[in-house]
Amino acid sequence: MTYLFQQLLNAMQLGSIYALIALGYTMVYGILTMINFAHGDLFMVGAFLCFIAATFLKLPFVPTLLISMIGVALLGVVIERLAYKPLRHAPRVSAVITALGVGLFLENFTLVFSPYPQHVPELIANKTWVIAGVSISSLQIIIILLSIGLMILLDQIVRHTMVGMAMRAISWDKTIVPLMGVPLNLIISITFALGTSLGAAAGTMYSLAFPVIDPYMGIMVGWKAFISAVVGGIGNIRGAMIGGFILGGVEILVAAFMPSTYRDFVAFSLLLVLLIFRPYGILGKPRPQKV
Amino acid sequence: MNDSTPLLSIRDLRVSYGNIKAVLGISFEVYEGEIVTLIGANGAGKSSTLRAISGMVPYSGSITYRNTDLRKVVSDKIVALGIAQVPEGRGIFGNLTVQENLKLATWQRKDKPEIERDYERIFGIFPRLKERRGQLGGTLSGGEQQMLAVARALLSRSKVMLLDEPSMGLSPVLVREIFNILTEINQAGTTVLLVEQNANMALRIASRGYVLETGNLTLTGTGAELLGNPRVKEAYLGG
Repeated sequence: MTYLFQQLLNAMQLGSIYALIALGYTMVYGILTMINFAHGDLFMVGAFLCFIAATFLKLPFVPTLLISMIGVALLGVVIERLAYKPLRHAPRVSAVITALGVGLFLENFTLVFSPYPQHVPELIANKTWVIAGVSISSLQIIIILLSIGLMILLDQIVRHTMVGMAMRAISWDKTIVPLMGVPLNLIISITFALGTSLGAAAGTMYSLAFPVIDPYMGIMVGWKAFISAVVGGIGNIRGAMIGGFILGGVEILVAAFMPSTYRDFVAFSLLLVLLIFRPYGILGKPRPQKV
Repeated sequence: MNDSTPLLSIRDLRVSYGNIKAVLGISFEVYEGEIVTLIGANGAGKSSTLRAISGMVPYSGSITYRNTDLRKVVSDKIVALGIAQVPEGRGIFGNLTVQENLKLATWQRKDKPEIERDYERIFGIFPRLKERRGQLGGTLSGGEQQMLAVARALLSRSKVMLLDEPSMGLSPVLVREIFNILTEINQAGTTVLLVEQNANMALRIASRGYVLETGNLTLTGTGAELLGNPRVKEAYLGG
């Protein structure tokens, strides 16, 4: 029983990181019906900015986190303007290929400056408490609480602010939005900034939890977060959060009770089965394609 | 009337989508306080004309609002200048509540107390929208959606309201209701450019009308003149 609770706690930690990244996929899909396959690599850039701020600028946790989030948000906005905006009316597959290209660019650009894996310094004093046999570290608490806090903040922005309202309107029909006097490009930029900065926050926390980072670290994590978004119902913000925790839970529990090499195989198989029964994901709704 | 400068002036407007030419060089103007209607069959280029005015499609020729060349103005700024559009198919955001649909239309405005007063005014004109404030836009009936679309255009405090087929899909009773409201809105000071297939209703309330046929303007006159015109009668009023 103690072992199970311990694993559930680990699942919360991993799940909250997947959920944060999944939000970026789902937000961009929600407004542009495009999968930003560079998002996993933006997560990686977030981890590297954390590494730079902590190692060379010797900054503590909070400024490091902010530098990573703001830096990646700016990068996300620039990528959208330069790479995706010109393709807004092109077939979706062109935008997806471009996104894959942007991802490869980010990986190889980082590789130029960092051909070897880097070690991220410990930014959060490591304390561990044991409660009823379950050990919980200060880092775990911060990762889980900060992630949930950021998710609640995003959910409130989307539900209760004018910008959030405009984002939801774009997801319904972006051609009408400018007729309301709403600047479409500004809202799209804000969406990219929010989504990518959450990815960067995830990158920062991930690199503190697993402190050896390399330019390819975003590929697998990115795929898993993308799958989380699909499982939750792509385009649905609460769905992405749920999907992230499900995937984190499945992975940790598989590794806990089966040989750890089965982890990805079982996790992905479960998701495939889930998609057979709910092809639009857990919270996703089928919507007729507009012509 | 014609010695004043027009509020909206369209010169040699051409719109095409790839190889398909939708509007083939039309010119017309709308003066302050008028209801001008463009009538014509499906595919005559009516919607394309309105889309060009709102900056939603590329075009050649010129569109001038007061002294501003609208070519240099992006869609959302055109709304800020005072040109609102009630688009074809109403363009209600089905995933937003009625209240949110209305609120979004106030994006350009900063005058909070005035906005509150405008809500009251709009709920006075459309009591049903008040009842359904918390409901999602997608759950409204066609007539209610049309009312919401007109209400949104009113909330942007537009000087000119462009309406693309407000009668589409509505019962005759509702069409009459919408057209009565348009007349009231016009009398309250909003200039109206109305695009319609329902030529009869449109010409009845219009100060002037234009007939658009396969991308060209073929006839013009006052609403009453066009209603009495034998060609219009035959082609658009069912003989």
